Amino acid sequence: MIRQLNAFYTDKEVLKGINIDILSNSVTAIIGPSGCGKSTFIRSLNRINDLIPGFRITGEVIYRDKNIYDKDVDVDDLRRRIGMVFQKPNPFPKSIYENIAYGLRIYGINEKQKLDEAVESSLKKAALWDEVKDNLNRNALTLSGGQQQRLCIARALATEPDVLLLDEPCSATDPISTAKIEELIYQLKQNYTIVIVTHNMQQAARVSDQAGFFMLGELIEFGKTEDIFKAPKDKRTEDYITGRFG
Amino acid sequence: MLSNKRFVLKFKEFLIEKLLFLCSLLSVFTTIGIILVLSFESIKFFKEVPITKFLTDTQWTPLFINKHFGILPLLCGTFLTTLIAISVAVPVGLISAIYLSEYASWRIRNIVKPLTEILAAVPTVVYGYFALLFLTPLLKKIIPSLSGFNALSSGIVMGIMIIPMVSSLSEDAMRAVPMGLREGAYAVGSSRLQVSLRVVLPAASSGITAALILAISRAIGETMIVAIAAGQQPRLTLNPLVPIETITAYIVQVSLGDTPHGTLEYRTIFVCGMTLFLLTFILNIFSYKLKKRFQEIYE
Ligand SMILES: Nc1ncnc2c1ncn2[C@@H]1O[C@H](COP(=O)(O)OP(=O)(O)OP(=O)(O)O)[C@@H](O)[C@H]1O
Ligand SMILES: [Mg+2]
Repeated sequence: MIRQLNAFYTDKEVLKGINIDILSNSVTAIIGPSGCGKSTFIRSLNRINDLIPGFRITGEVIYRDKNIYDKDVDVDDLRRRIGMVFQKPNPFPKSIYENIAYGLRIYGINEKQKLDEAVESSLKKAALWDEVKDNLNRNALTLSGGQQQRLCIARALATEPDVLLLDEPCSATDPISTAKIEELIYQLKQNYTIVIVTHNMQQAARVSDQAGFFMLGELIEFGKTEDIFKAPKDKRTEDYITGRFG
Repeated sequence: MLSNKRFVLKFKEFLIEKLLFLCSLLSVFTTIGIILVLSFESIKFFKEVPITKFLTDTQWTPLFINKHFGILPLLCGTFLTTLIAISVAVPVGLISAIYLSEYASWRIRNIVKPLTEILAAVPTVVYGYFALLFLTPLLKKIIPSLSGFNALSSGIVMGIMIIPMVSSLSEDAMRAVPMGLREGAYAVGSSRLQVSLRVVLPAASSGITAALILAISRAIGETMIVAIAAGQQPRLTLNPLVPIETITAYIVQVSLGDTPHGTLEYRTIFVCGMTLFLLTFILNIFSYKLKKRFQEIYE
């Protein structure tokens, strides 16, 4: 649940009074034109924006009855439970195996068997297993862009978070792996809460239960995906969805 | 008329370009000249002293009546002081690089960086006397058996001298690691220390290694400190407490003495110079290769 969220980059306001109630075990899609603050919004939900110098935020993000921006929150632990896949694929310059094992290793899990299992199941979930199973020691940077992005999804799944933030996870993947990722999102929904930013209207319509439309840092409309796409209340939402601008 | 003016302009530009080209050639020619002189004199040297003797004899006494020309004791001295310097400079330099690149705010960085650069600008002769007149007496209180001239204090001071180099080059390598990698690591719940040590440091490793090799080659070539504080006794030992002599210090010793031109003793300078040149040249090539590989990864 998000209340009155405002975000700034060195005093430039990029999010203005956002209120969204994200339901657990469902998929929430964020859509809107480029530069409207979608990434900023989703990156505020696991406090990864804290790393950007000059970033400031007001308002509350309530997760498990607690504001994640409270002073006594353990940020590392929070990020472990709220996984994230970034807009640009960012695999570590290590082997495929180590990329996924990393999240477990920093948590002190080093038994080979556990790591093997986690690597295999995460790669399978992210629809990458068949392509890389023969050479898990390959450097992750030699994968294609789409494969790298799926590797990042696998990396986020390996630590078994309960919320998954996806910032345009399919912007670099081909239709087949996109379909696989959508299938994955559909399956994960039973156990995870998912927030996904996407530029693809059909995708938002297909995978999400509720959707929010952002424009110039404001949340224009939020509601059930069906309602947003079939009967948008706001003229701007309608124009955007039907492709009249943005 | 007009075309004439243009011709003059063109000609001027032509002259300037050639002049600049000649300037850049100058440094190339100097290098080639140095290599030629070194090789020329070295060849003459090896006509009198067989190269096997040079590489295997365990004594270096060209200035004595009973002459021996084994480079090993000098190499050993150079190796010893370099080793001590590196074991001081690497931990301190790396820790400070990690701090500056991953922890410090830009305000702190803007204060610390110029300060370390001052450390790099201190003339080496000052460091030399610092080792001889300050550090050695100080260490003597802890290790009474320490000689007045020794590898230990010159090595330590040399290490202090190259800390800024290690720190600043490693920091550059670490900053070149894309922000996205750090975000990826934080996003699975890493602490700052884990991000620094497990992601940024390995990702920057070839750049850091390149920096370390440059630092080693700087230590090998360092002259003033060891000439002042390490002694003039070529000795095949790894004991840091006794006087030794490095290749560079030997060159200073002979150059300052009254060794006549064209003698065998005189040529030892060039053989030593050649050895030094080869050592640092090989190291620099390594460093260059590594650095290139590092740049390729992030393009
Ligand atoms: N690090 C930053 N420093 C300053 N301004 C930023 C920074 N990151 C983003 N912005 C600005 O904040 C606004 C919102 O950016 P954001 O990345 O959230 O947009 P977006 O909706 O994700 O766009 P896209 O669809 O292109 O990914 C933009 O105007 C952008 O220029
Ligand atoms: Mg974005």
